[in-house]
Amino acid sequence: MKARVFVTLKQGVLDPQGEAVRHSLLALGFDGINSVRQGKVIELDLAEDDAGRAEAVVREMCEKLLANTVIEDYRVELMP
Amino acid sequence: MTVKAAVIVFPGSNCDRDLAVAFKDATGRAPEMIWHKETSLPAGLDVIGIPGGFSFGDYLRCGAIAARSPIMRAVADFAARGGHVLGICNGFQVLTETGLLPGALMRNAGLKFICKDVDLTVRTTDSAFTAAYEKGQHIRIPVAHHDGNYLADAELLKRLRGEDRIAFTYDDNPNGSVADIAGILSENRRVLGMMPHPERMNDATLGGRDGAPLFHSLAKALVSA
Repeated sequence: MKARVFVTLKQGVLDPQGEAVRHSLLALGFDGINSVRQGKVIELDLAEDDAGRAEAVVREMCEKLLANTVIEDYRVELMP
Repeated sequence: MTVKAAVIVFPGSNCDRDLAVAFKDATGRAPEMIWHKETSLPAGLDVIGIPGGFSFGDYLRCGAIAARSPIMRAVADFAARGGHVLGICNGFQVLTETGLLPGALMRNAGLKFICKDVDLTVRTTDSAFTAAYEKGQHIRIPVAHHDGNYLADAELLKRLRGEDRIAFTYDDNPNGSVADIAGILSENRRVLGMMPHPERMNDATLGGRDGAPLFHSLAKALVSA
């Protein structure tokens, strides 16, 4: 089973990289952008094929390493 | 009795030997250099230094991989027993990632890597790290980082202020840190994390000695402890 983890800065935490991307997009002529938030995607290929157990273990990985929950949120997506 | 220090070395650490020189100058004894894969610390340590650098290439997040390395469990146990720990630059990032210090260090607000001497104000002398300074003293030591933008929420900031745990502030904030914070102390005041590099301003031949009192404070406090 494959899992995809999306890690993003929490709402309310200023994202200077997202801001720089927004400014660059504006300079290219893309207007109407209210905000840009940059994050990362982590793809995992797991031996586990039970979705419930896979999700539980990936969430534990997020809590222990993949995200810094002081500043980041994460979302887990499972793909059979 | 001389003070016994140790410096933790990760793949990508690059200030470990500078830190070792600073410890040796102050204590008269070369510190033990401890590889990150070790699982225990030598007996009788007084202080552990977590050096600057780019541990594990800053992969995932600065300090994140180093914080989960085997030796950091032993360092956390050492801190829990009341041991002194000094984290400089990447070392500060490692300490926030392990949870030994609160808050987080984010990308610099201006997005650029900053490498220059900065002016700091010493905010508290109530610690083994800062006792040899004067409260309010201005010192100049270098920073060299990409992710030094200290973040604390309002509640944490209130606690840091109320408990006199802000050790150093920037006079001219280079990186967007909340409340100009350059270094903070743990609740028991025995863990210090700071982005500027006192070990790089530890000798007149390096351009100044404004960092030296930190190591001399430690040596004096720990020898009489």
